[in-house]
Amino acid sequence: MYAIIAGGGKVGRNLARELISKGHEVTVIESWRERYLALEEEFEHTAQYGDATELWVLERSGIQRADVVIAVTGDDEDNMLVCQVAKEKYLCDRIIARVNNPRNHDHFRLLGIQPAVSATDLILRLIEHEVPRYGLVHLLALEEERLEIIELEVNPEAPTVGERISDIALPEGSLIISVLREGAGFVPKPDTVIQAGDGVLLVLNPGLEDAITSYFAPDGHGG
Amino acid sequence: MFVLIVGAGRVGSAVAKSALAAGHEVSVLDEDPLSHERLDAGQSKSWEDSGGQFTVGTALEIDALVQAGIERADVFIASTDGDNTNLIIAQIAQRRFGVERTIVRVMDPARAGWYGEQGLHTISPTQHAIEMFERALQLEPA
Repeated sequence: MYAIIAGGGKVGRNLARELISKGHEVTVIESWRERYLALEEEFEHTAQYGDATELWVLERSGIQRADVVIAVTGDDEDNMLVCQVAKEKYLCDRIIARVNNPRNHDHFRLLGIQPAVSATDLILRLIEHEVPRYGLVHLLALEEERLEIIELEVNPEAPTVGERISDIALPEGSLIISVLREGAGFVPKPDTVIQAGDGVLLVLNPGLEDAITSYFAPDGHGG
Repeated sequence: MFVLIVGAGRVGSAVAKSALAAGHEVSVLDEDPLSHERLDAGQSKSWEDSGGQFTVGTALEIDALVQAGIERADVFIASTDGDNTNLIIAQIAQRRFGVERTIVRVMDPARAGWYGEQGLHTISPTQHAIEMFERALQLEPA
């Protein structure tokens, strides 16, 4: 695989190192001279000096044959532009963008730049996993498909405790896909009975979180 | 017409002043509060007294754009000193807020050209300078 990485800071540099060690071909583009020289010392010809938002710099790096373009500079506008040009002008199949300011996430989405990865969001999600708000954890968001997978811990007052899966009338657009009990997970059958303390994994349409929470963690501080 | 100008540098502030003088409603957004001075320079009244609006904020902040009046803007001019910033905010103005006319300053002729082909109204001062130099050169006999 040939990967072009725009931005040779901490993220870009470590990414390059990992990809190279896995046998991939990589070019890292860095516009700050001193940082470029440090990169060149480690990666030699793999490092390129220039502004990755300049079309000729991308072309010199061989963007026409790149399998993936990864924009990880410290500037969100630059990351959006590199990815937009890679996708729409050079028809690169795969792009990955770094979001520096999570408030810019909407802009990446608006311009069709997916996936857009934000370290702040990832850490927030980990915190959420450790300290679940309302007992609900977002495990995965499939934005294009408009689906989410969430995990909820069933609290003792939940109306579903003691109910069989087949008797629980969940809102349209949601489905229990797994139950976690005593450290193990299983795919429930219609006659599986929900118990307090169970973890339930559901797939649902975004927006149903609150409705679903009332079934399993009704008082707002699950488990 | 309601004109929103993001970036009050030499170009942005000059266009703001002439648009206001031509009777349009003009709002200017810039991240630097001091850029307001450029709007007052050479005028007998302050920018606000002349009817202009000025907001401090960066253009990627939706709140700042809304405060500056983007929701009722007829024309959006992106004239910050960053090509990429201009290209991104112009698309936000177009796609998110449905602003009918967006005009983008892009120094780099290559990016101005490609985004122009994609339907953005780009103006490249560099490209204009190149053409003027070329024309000036042709005046001289070889």
